[in-house]
Amino acid sequence: MTPITRRALLAGSAAAATTLAAGPYVHAQKTGGLLRVVPHADLKVLDPIWTTGYITRNHGYMIFDTLFAMDANLKVQPQMVEKWTASANKMKWTFVLRDGLKFHDGQPVTAEDCVASIKRWGARDALGRLLMGSIGKMAAVDKKTFAIDLEQPFGLVLEALGKPSSNVPFIMPARLAATDPNEQVKEMVGSGPYKFAAGEWQPGNKVVYLANPDYVPRKDKPSGAAGAKRPLVDRVEWRYIPDAATASAALEAGEVDFWENIPLDFAPKLEKNPNVVIFVSDTRGSQGWLRPNHLQPPFNNKKARQALLYMMDQKAYLDTVIGNAKYYKICPAVFMCGGTPFESAVGAPKQDLEKARQLLKESGYDGRPVVVLDPTDSPYAHAPALVTAELLKKIGATVDVAAMDWSSVLARRANKGPVGQGGWNIFHTWSTSLDVITPAVHAAVGGAGEKAWFGWPTNEAAEKLRADFVKEPDPAKQKRIAEQIQQITYDDVPYVSWGQFVVPNAFRKNVRGVLQFGATLFWNISV
Amino acid sequence: MLPLIARRVLATIPVMGVVALTVFALLHLTPGDPAIIIAGDYATTQDIARIRASLGLDRPLLAQAGIWLAKLLRGDLGASIYSGLPVTTLIGQRVGPTVALTALAMLISVAVAVPLGVLAAWRQGSWVDRIVMIVSVSGFSMPVFWLGFLLVWVFAIQAGVLPVQGYQPLEAGPWQFLRHLVLPAVTLSLVYMALIARMTRASVLGVLREDYIRTAFAKGLAPHRVLLGHALKAASLPVVTIIGVGFALLIGGAVVTESVFAIPGLGRLTVDAIVRRDYPVVQGVVLVVSGVYVLLNLVIDVVYVVLDPRIRY
Repeated sequence: MTPITRRALLAGSAAAATTLAAGPYVHAQKTGGLLRVVPHADLKVLDPIWTTGYITRNHGYMIFDTLFAMDANLKVQPQMVEKWTASANKMKWTFVLRDGLKFHDGQPVTAEDCVASIKRWGARDALGRLLMGSIGKMAAVDKKTFAIDLEQPFGLVLEALGKPSSNVPFIMPARLAATDPNEQVKEMVGSGPYKFAAGEWQPGNKVVYLANPDYVPRKDKPSGAAGAKRPLVDRVEWRYIPDAATASAALEAGEVDFWENIPLDFAPKLEKNPNVVIFVSDTRGSQGWLRPNHLQPPFNNKKARQALLYMMDQKAYLDTVIGNAKYYKICPAVFMCGGTPFESAVGAPKQDLEKARQLLKESGYDGRPVVVLDPTDSPYAHAPALVTAELLKKIGATVDVAAMDWSSVLARRANKGPVGQGGWNIFHTWSTSLDVITPAVHAAVGGAGEKAWFGWPTNEAAEKLRADFVKEPDPAKQKRIAEQIQQITYDDVPYVSWGQFVVPNAFRKNVRGVLQFGATLFWNISV
Repeated sequence: MLPLIARRVLATIPVMGVVALTVFALLHLTPGDPAIIIAGDYATTQDIARIRASLGLDRPLLAQAGIWLAKLLRGDLGASIYSGLPVTTLIGQRVGPTVALTALAMLISVAVAVPLGVLAAWRQGSWVDRIVMIVSVSGFSMPVFWLGFLLVWVFAIQAGVLPVQGYQPLEAGPWQFLRHLVLPAVTLSLVYMALIARMTRASVLGVLREDYIRTAFAKGLAPHRVLLGHALKAASLPVVTIIGVGFALLIGGAVVTESVFAIPGLGRLTVDAIVRRDYPVVQGVVLVVSGVYVLLNLVIDVVYVVLDPRIRY
């Protein structure tokens, strides 16, 4: 299948013709049976537009379909859309849906449903808001066709409609998409390859999906979230097992088939089991973040933030947090390494503790304790907090490691006030590649001040460049803008990356057809 | 008896009221905000504010308490902030596994511990007594999660005779039901076995020194009739107390066992809800469990009266 390149976009429907000409994908996997999955988290929220939780995103992929989808090579491909056209100046777009698309309640998918779904998504998602802000008019033309007229240039129309991670622009019936975006939809009716078995849902225990016999897959080969989505097993059960040792034992005993995102300490043991396969679905993985609070001292001073940058030793962090070098990568690129479109080493400094010490001194740091939030129940945020505390001490800072649970971190990091009033100085988190690989989705490089992501950096140049990036359709120019943003990031230090790592899945040998992608997908899998 | 039960049931009302208000206050004083958790990593302050408003969390605390209590009086425990499912539905889904687990654990504890305690008292100072006491001390000392994993390793992974995890309701068949429950129930029961065995031993030892026991022996009664017919009945009051308290403690202790064996019970529901600050669920579960505690105390009081008619309240 031909991926959508910018050149192909100009050709519009001609690209669609090429896609059709690629020929059907012949599938030889067996069908039927039950796939028992231990998901990475418990599914408590069903509406993938209401929350950005990855577990809800994965649930969304089971039951909803998307207009466009990203393949394993990070190219956007048509999914529910049969063909589309774009005017020469790319201000007018028309999309025609495939035949045979049907919701789980038996109703056909219409252009009205798509328009309503995009509007609801556009009210919640960051990239969606940018798209909606550029749209002059969006309306259904007929049952299968809708059109978007842009008011101002937007270079990422297809990338937005094919956005692969939270929030994904899933298509739902217009009656559900009419729900206030700040409230959950009351029903789970999609048009995707699996149906949600609402009566069997037990939050904290089990989620059940049944194969959708009416689903019409594309004819092309599955790749990432694109291509044929074949519900090969009759039933998928997500069985939440909170204890990792129990999940590991259950996999080894054959009580479950698939364990998503295994803790890395269990990998060596499972690797020795001949009945178990360790598989990295997301080869690019995640990027670890150290985020300073730009509103409060000492990190409201650029030099103090630069001290964090020169203090950084990704290897030390990754050895502590991940341990096994097979699963991590030292990466100087803000937009991640490993074949990502905007990978670059421009501006990246090397660790220099002496310089870090000097910068912290020059920042006017007065010796007040730097509060590092430490979520002890979240390994990928707890361990880096401890490394940061040690390094801060080495560069002359006094440190207060505030131990708490992850929920408390989420609440406390929203506090913009001084430390004495429940505020903070540094917290750690991580983000998967799909949410980092472009300036349009990377939350940590923004500079919108109090409207920016937690930490609230202010940088007008960065904001302008991000706005230019989303308007820019030319990949070469986009790359240049991304490099400029990276340079600003290494100068102004809105955040510091503590490295790149992957978290593998493990499954029994009878599980076949697992797709490589940044989100865990369960179509195309047979048992 | 009936006036006692009526009085105690009426006394339950203010107790539950105090529990309800305390739980509400403590929960809302705990740091954490479900709106922030729901909104996700990339939400703006405005998004969070909108979600908080849609959940009613932007109202003054007293107003929130009033709304919750008003619903409570109508028998409505509210709905989960996350799943939107009624709290009664969530509790209904989870109560079966917890009741089955605690009941079986208590059955095993009593069935094993009471005879062992009596035997240890009867053979005080002998090797039987010493072995029972050593096992009791070990039972007290063993962490539940460690014992659970040990049993899983032996019986599920090495021997492969029992499942590692999960729960099957009785409707799935008694064999499946018991297969899935036996390891968690044994794990959970060990500490209570130790507690009940020690209490039974001490209690029976005390009774065996009484004059009427000596009289019973002097009459020529067989030792087993003296032991079971006279000594055990008189010694049973403290044992009943400890069984009642143990039942209540089992519900709390089930949290770890439910996690280790992936049993979808009330313990895990509570912990998950606390971690996510799912206020209505925590409040609902704590109220229900408090009600169970109060009920258990009532049952113990009634059993006292049955066992010893001299007792008056």
